[in-house]
Amino acid sequence: MDFLNAIILLLNYIFVPALTYGSQLALGAIFVTLIYGILRFANFATGDMMSLGTMFAILFTWYFQSLGISLGVLPTALLAIPFAIILTIIYMLCVDKFVFKFYRVNKSPPVQLAMVSIGVMFVTQAVVRIVIGPGDRRFFDGKKFLIKASEFKEMTGLNEGLAIKSTQIITIFITLVLVSILFWFLNKTKTGKSMKAYSDNEDLALLSGIDPKRIVLITWIIAGILATIGGALYGLDKSFKPFTYFNNMLPIFAAAIVGGIGNPFGAFLGGYVIAFSEIFLTYAYKKFFMYILPESLEPDSLLQLLSTDYKFAVSFSILVIVLLYRPSGIFKGKVL
Amino acid sequence: MRKNLNVIYAYTIMLGLIILVGIFQSWNVALSILNMCLISAVMTMGANIQWGYAGLINFGIMGYTALGGLAAVLISVAPVQEAWQAGGFNIIMCIWLIVAMVVIIKFILKNFKKSKIRSYIIAGIIIGGIIFIRITSEQSIEAIESVNPATTGFLGGLGLPIVFSWIVGALFAAGLAFIVGKVALGLRADYLAIATLLISEIVIAIIKHEDWLTRGVKNVVGLKRPVPYEIELQTKEWFINLVARFNSGKLELISNLSDKQAALNQLVIEGSSVFVKLCYSGLFLIVVLILLIITQKALYSPWGRMMRAIRDNEEAANAMGKNVVKQHLLIFILGSAIVGIAGAMLVTQDGLFTPGSYRPMRYTFLIWVMVIVGGSGNNFGAILGGFAVWFLWIEAAPIALFLINLFTSGLPETNALKAHLLESVPYFRYLMMGIGLLLIMRYRPKGILPEKIEIK
Repeated sequence: MDFLNAIILLLNYIFVPALTYGSQLALGAIFVTLIYGILRFANFATGDMMSLGTMFAILFTWYFQSLGISLGVLPTALLAIPFAIILTIIYMLCVDKFVFKFYRVNKSPPVQLAMVSIGVMFVTQAVVRIVIGPGDRRFFDGKKFLIKASEFKEMTGLNEGLAIKSTQIITIFITLVLVSILFWFLNKTKTGKSMKAYSDNEDLALLSGIDPKRIVLITWIIAGILATIGGALYGLDKSFKPFTYFNNMLPIFAAAIVGGIGNPFGAFLGGYVIAFSEIFLTYAYKKFFMYILPESLEPDSLLQLLSTDYKFAVSFSILVIVLLYRPSGIFKGKVL
Repeated sequence: MRKNLNVIYAYTIMLGLIILVGIFQSWNVALSILNMCLISAVMTMGANIQWGYAGLINFGIMGYTALGGLAAVLISVAPVQEAWQAGGFNIIMCIWLIVAMVVIIKFILKNFKKSKIRSYIIAGIIIGGIIFIRITSEQSIEAIESVNPATTGFLGGLGLPIVFSWIVGALFAAGLAFIVGKVALGLRADYLAIATLLISEIVIAIIKHEDWLTRGVKNVVGLKRPVPYEIELQTKEWFINLVARFNSGKLELISNLSDKQAALNQLVIEGSSVFVKLCYSGLFLIVVLILLIITQKALYSPWGRMMRAIRDNEEAANAMGKNVVKQHLLIFILGSAIVGIAGAMLVTQDGLFTPGSYRPMRYTFLIWVMVIVGGSGNNFGAILGGFAVWFLWIEAAPIALFLINLFTSGLPETNALKAHLLESVPYFRYLMMGIGLLLIMRYRPKGILPEKIEIK
């Protein structure tokens, strides 16, 4: 019984939250990695593009709510996401046309493109803050919990409850579906394969008749979908605040690099690596050991490896270690 | 003379703008803008050395700024005796432990061949050391933090004049840069950018949460100033006389004696804060000038030529027998040290240290905008960038307010759009920075004052 309790405790406080957070990071990391693999620069506007997508989703959610449309137990935002995706893609294509295209055509070094993306970051951040303001916004509606901790306790008779929020299930489900479709697209369709070829060797791809404009267009469309869904899921699960999204850029970068930048599957796993290690290392294991150890051995300290204040620092340290020992990432980079 | 004409023009326009602010807003605002411009100029010089001279991307400027600020605290705050008694010994022991750990690891690295076992042993030493240090320090940290937590709760500093911290800040930043450089400089440019950005976030996390050293988010306030305090100035005879002489024309117009006294008092209060700011400006200007002379000399020295060679063609420079790795590390340290000075100056000026206020937008990306807009590789350009961008950053809100009022003048006051726009005036500065950066990068990629190297 105590052993079951310990397992439920870990599930409730580590496994489910980390899986959710990891999914959100994974979507962002695939976004970073795609841009890096195909357009060949580190996009510092990642976090802010995600917050822009979320902003559109929130605006549509408000609009639908004012019309009285809702999805019942599911959050209205799910209905708003497709519309938000379209607007985000339009914004990204505009940015690409007016900003990035010039440097791509001129074959500027990647560093210059990264600098330009900082300009885009400033502008996007301004747009988001001017339109919706810098405050904290919650736009979740519908049923909040799938299983409540108290219900779970009654059901199983255990001491520890397992609470699963509906947003957590929605996040994990949508991420898995989206990522499977994406990998199917990249590996099985002709367009996906031509994207891979373009990322692998640009000149050869051009020689074999692949249209770079089309590749770039499709990359931004996929990027828009990933950014909006990733951002909206994060916002649904936690809350929407532009500054948090900007900060999330850092673990997202960490996830992309840990997984091997340019490699979408690596980025997908990298998201979970970062999320799990952040939560594993900052969780206080006192209660866990109280369950599995006999009473005489009960620990008196919190048994926390690092205080939760260092949550971000954990992912960055992992990144620095990976960069030093395996600069190409855990899963070899640049194979899209 | 002629070739420097655009430099002179640019700086005259910049000073003119600041003087205009002085005339139309107030001299107080103008001088505080000038002071921040000077501090920004120091930061941009640091970033320019790394990016403009050597082509190294350092997105960790925020971390070095914060370390400089920390130096200001550790130098100027009086030591907290009780806290030292409560846990000072243990903390010093922990520092020795860290030193011992580093020495042992260095010894192992030097004397054993690279193998899996060696890596495991090193990892074991690091993890074991961290756990051991945590166990030894835990109680003393708690003891230190519980000493009068409302006002101190940390070890305090050395109680020296704060100006020393400008040098110590540079040393701190240089120390961090040495470690970061050793670790990360081998990386490719964009990886280096990301790595330095993340490392600076780690530095901020440590400063924010190690309360025994920095008081963390409880902030350190009331740092001693290198210049007189306003309140003291207002009672000083010579200062009142000085203000009276400066404003004698204005004062003579007032015939009533008590009115005259009241007007004088008001002027003294205003004058004192202007005077304090002027003192700061003088101090900062000295630093900027010294750094400018040194960096200009370095730029035109054989060393500067070598740096440019390394920047423009690393392989060729390497083939010519230049030690690229060593020079990169050196310039990374030098640039970071200059940023550290700026960090200490910033805290000196504000008189308070607020770890929560260090954010990458303000302390990393804005500085980069300054360098790129001003002109990387050209010290005058970088300084001008610091001035122009900071000026715009501060004056963006009034400009945006003016523009919004102009364009929405047809709309009634209660219009929702107008009200919303007026509410979000502070965020237009991001828009201006972004658009400014994009325009400069597109149409004048070398900045307002481009790099000019003449081979004589």
